[in-house]
Amino acid sequence: MSGPSSMRTPLGRVRNLGSSHSGTTDFWRQRLTAVAMTLLIVPVIVIVLMLIGRNQAGAAQILGSLPIAIILVLFIIASAWHMKIGMQIVIEDYVHNEKLKLASVMANNFFCIAVALASIYAILKLSSGV
Amino acid sequence: MTARIERPLSPHLQTYRVTLTMALSIVHRATGIALYFGTLLLSWWLIAAASGPGAYANVQAFTGSIIGKLIVFGYTWALLHHLFSGIRYFFWDLGYGFKANEREALTWGALIAGISLTVLVWIVAYTVGGGR
Repeated sequence: MSGPSSMRTPLGRVRNLGSSHSGTTDFWRQRLTAVAMTLLIVPVIVIVLMLIGRNQAGAAQILGSLPIAIILVLFIIASAWHMKIGMQIVIEDYVHNEKLKLASVMANNFFCIAVALASIYAILKLSSGV
Repeated sequence: MTARIERPLSPHLQTYRVTLTMALSIVHRATGIALYFGTLLLSWWLIAAASGPGAYANVQAFTGSIIGKLIVFGYTWALLHHLFSGIRYFFWDLGYGFKANEREALTWGALIAGISLTVLVWIVAYTVGGGR
């Protein structure tokens, strides 16, 4: 079909096969999440410092308060997304075996989603005071 | 059919002279990878807080140990270094700071800010809670 005798032009052959209009999506999201975390880092550090030296009951009380839970959930979403993109770039740079690359990218997605959901679930559980 | 075109490959790391910005680019990636696995600690800590006193005591026993403290200290530095090193990239993304002296200054700034804020956070941590 697309051999030298084909009537299709080189442009026609590659059209709609690339990352049309979505090539910079990861670049943009990497910056978006980076700016989000830059804004959130000071409150997050303050929260962690507030928890030092407290026992579970004290920590649970602080982590369960609404503004703190929201700040932490936002930070977790931004960081999980950011690290998913970052690790994928690292994998694509260094893993050249196609199947291994596929498995690594998939494992990366699973890891980031699992870490994010486990952390968010823990915060929600603390917020509902169960 | 034309033969497969041999595209030129970019020279790899060992071809280049080591510069500060290049070394810190590698450190940025390395701290990113460290933070990636470090989130397991953060996750463990939150799950433990939600699970109960026993689980939380386990986390505190770990973070209170010498190895635990070293890991958390390393995590603090990796986080803050990655943050300031990342802020450098914001400047570059926006098209500023590409002159030789500017990029050196930004890079030294990120290095110094990362280390000094790590120390500051730990001083505050010890003042507030007397260690973990």
